[in-house]
Amino acid sequence: MRAREVFRFALRGLRANKLRSGLTTLGILIGVGAVILLIAVGQGSGAAVQARISSLGSNLLTVTRQAGGFGRAAATRTGTQSKVSNLTVADAQLLAASDQDPDVSVVAPVASTSATATFEGATTTINQIVGTYPAYLPISNDTVAAGSSFTDEDVNRHRKVVVIGQTVVTNLFGTIDPIGRTIQLGGVPYTVVGTLAAKGGGNTFNDPDNVALAPLTTVQDSLTGFGSLSEIAVQARDANSANAAQAEVTSLMLEAHHVTAASEDFSVTNEATLLSTAASTTQTFTVLLAAVAAISLLVGGIGVTNIMLVTVTERTREIGIRKALGAPRGAILGQFLIEAVLLSVVGGALGVVAGVAGSRFTVDGIKPVLVPSSILLAFGVSAVIGLVFGSLPANRAAKLHPIEALRHE
Amino acid sequence: MTEYQSADGPVTGYAPPRPSAVWISALRKVYGEGDAAVHALRGVDLDIPHGDYVAVMGASGSGKSTLMNIVGCLDVPSSGEYRLDGIAIADLDERQLSLVRNRKIGFVFQSFNLLARTTAFENVELPLVYGAVRGPQRRRRALAALHLVGLGDRVDHHPNQLSGGQQQRVAIARALVTAPSLVLADEPTGNLDTQSSSEVMSLFDRLNAAGRTIVLITHEEDIAAHAKRAVRLVDGLIVQDVRFAPVDGLPPRLATAGAGRPAAPSLALGPGA
Ligand SMILES: Nc1ncnc2c1ncn2[C@@H]1O[C@H](COP(=O)(O)OP(=O)(O)OP(=O)(O)O)[C@@H](O)[C@H]1O
Ligand SMILES: [Mg+2]
Repeated sequence: MRAREVFRFALRGLRANKLRSGLTTLGILIGVGAVILLIAVGQGSGAAVQARISSLGSNLLTVTRQAGGFGRAAATRTGTQSKVSNLTVADAQLLAASDQDPDVSVVAPVASTSATATFEGATTTINQIVGTYPAYLPISNDTVAAGSSFTDEDVNRHRKVVVIGQTVVTNLFGTIDPIGRTIQLGGVPYTVVGTLAAKGGGNTFNDPDNVALAPLTTVQDSLTGFGSLSEIAVQARDANSANAAQAEVTSLMLEAHHVTAASEDFSVTNEATLLSTAASTTQTFTVLLAAVAAISLLVGGIGVTNIMLVTVTERTREIGIRKALGAPRGAILGQFLIEAVLLSVVGGALGVVAGVAGSRFTVDGIKPVLVPSSILLAFGVSAVIGLVFGSLPANRAAKLHPIEALRHE
Repeated sequence: MTEYQSADGPVTGYAPPRPSAVWISALRKVYGEGDAAVHALRGVDLDIPHGDYVAVMGASGSGKSTLMNIVGCLDVPSSGEYRLDGIAIADLDERQLSLVRNRKIGFVFQSFNLLARTTAFENVELPLVYGAVRGPQRRRRALAALHLVGLGDRVDHHPNQLSGGQQQRVAIARALVTAPSLVLADEPTGNLDTQSSSEVMSLFDRLNAAGRTIVLITHEEDIAAHAKRAVRLVDGLIVQDVRFAPVDGLPPRLATAGAGRPAAPSLALGPGA
């Protein structure tokens, strides 16, 4: 019965002050939009990190060098110098040849560095120049798009050949076919024998396609020298055997380096571990973003209270008239509460539209991923904000004494 | 509420005498406290039977508006007793008070107090909305009230598109639309010229002739001459109470101007609710 009329009064009240209502709505709009968009960005960056890690290769284990469990001071005091031994090709060959690691399928030694590459005046910095064996390609999930990979023969003969990623192709060659051309890597001429299929994902600082693969021997000859390997890439037979493979590799390496678990001079990382670390990092990131957005939503809510307080003060006389005509307290309360809720719900709905629209754009290489529950949450919160933040001014209006309200100037 | 309420309905057999429209005893109103206290009313006794037409007069600051606001249930007295149609107003809670304001009282203000940016029709409709009268009936009654005050052709005008006299007539239509038994008017002609004043006053005359109880405040003797009775306030006390015409008869102006002329039938908006 009366509810519809009260709703109409509320609408009329909002329309009487379009600019003000619009600006208040904007406050909520920004809050809700920010919640949705920032959570989507957080989610998107999480997804990007995960995609990046899985693009490294499935079932990938990485053996890297690590200082021993004792610090230098402690080590020198006791006189037992803890020597950080190198990762060597011999280690890689041991892992490949041993029959004590049945869960390991492929092993590739890796020496990597970054260097400047030039081709006929074009120059680019390749983040990752990977010197390795051909076996590295399946481990790192790389496939050859054009030309061919380098071969074991190339490794044995120290041939200066290279397979380049798509970013390098674009940066150095543009539209020219790179196969068979010679580029300078750190001043040394390499012949391009193939290109890698694009992996995508990542961003400017972490582009998986800004890569060049070359024979280990050649890279050691011309770029990294013959120190330690950067890492040994190991592929487990399948995802389920990754943990078993990690244990086997660890025990083989302990034996080969004559160390105990306490003084390990290497570490074996497993993709699953990386994934969970990355997941928890992005989780924190998302929570932070959401907190910032929630604060802006709160500020929007305070804007609603503020504007409704002004409205009630301005319209005290109107409230007096309505009361003199027999408006019950509930009708006045309802009218102003509906005004506040309308402000915030309309702002919330527009904020959802803005947030969803905004998340279609890529933000610094991160493709936002919408979280449906965040949309529901943000919209719900905006409605609740209207109720909570509108109830103070609405109550104030409803409690006015008719004669005092009428006397108000 | 009190036993008197049933007096409005049809009663078979023994019928108790109908309680007065307004019955006031030892009414006091003090604004402020201590040294700054203003005694606006100092013990007013007043009995207004149904059908009466009372002009309240007195110097500025004598307490007329204060009295009127209390009678209209917009303000509460500091002490004393007030019964409206037999109902002790002091006993009512907030919700019942708003019902009384809505159903039993029509208030007309000196400054019109129409809602801005709201058409004449919607202004008049307002008390019916709060009285929970439904769509078609609400529309019919609001239009009837506007026709009654001669503004059938100004239904969709906003207050700022109407003259002062027209605005006051919209306000009167709004006061009448719920068919209240008591119509209160605080200087209804205070902001109007002679022509508009006489239009408004003849409206009140005809309303009273149709049975409504009217109390109005005025400073002018010739406005007061429309009433059946004049009450004079000085410093918050009633010092004079004169009757010009009997409660049951026609108001003086109608009685002299056209003896035997029937009240306009369109005034029959129905008896007090
Ligand atoms: N809200 C208030 N607070 C304090 N004093 C008030 C208030 N309202 C009225 N008064 C005082 O009460 C007294 C009576 O005021 P009231 O408005 O009833 O006078 P009035 O007879 O209607 O005068 P007028 O003819 O000028 O309208 C005055 O002295 C006035 O100053
Ligand atoms: Mg006054």
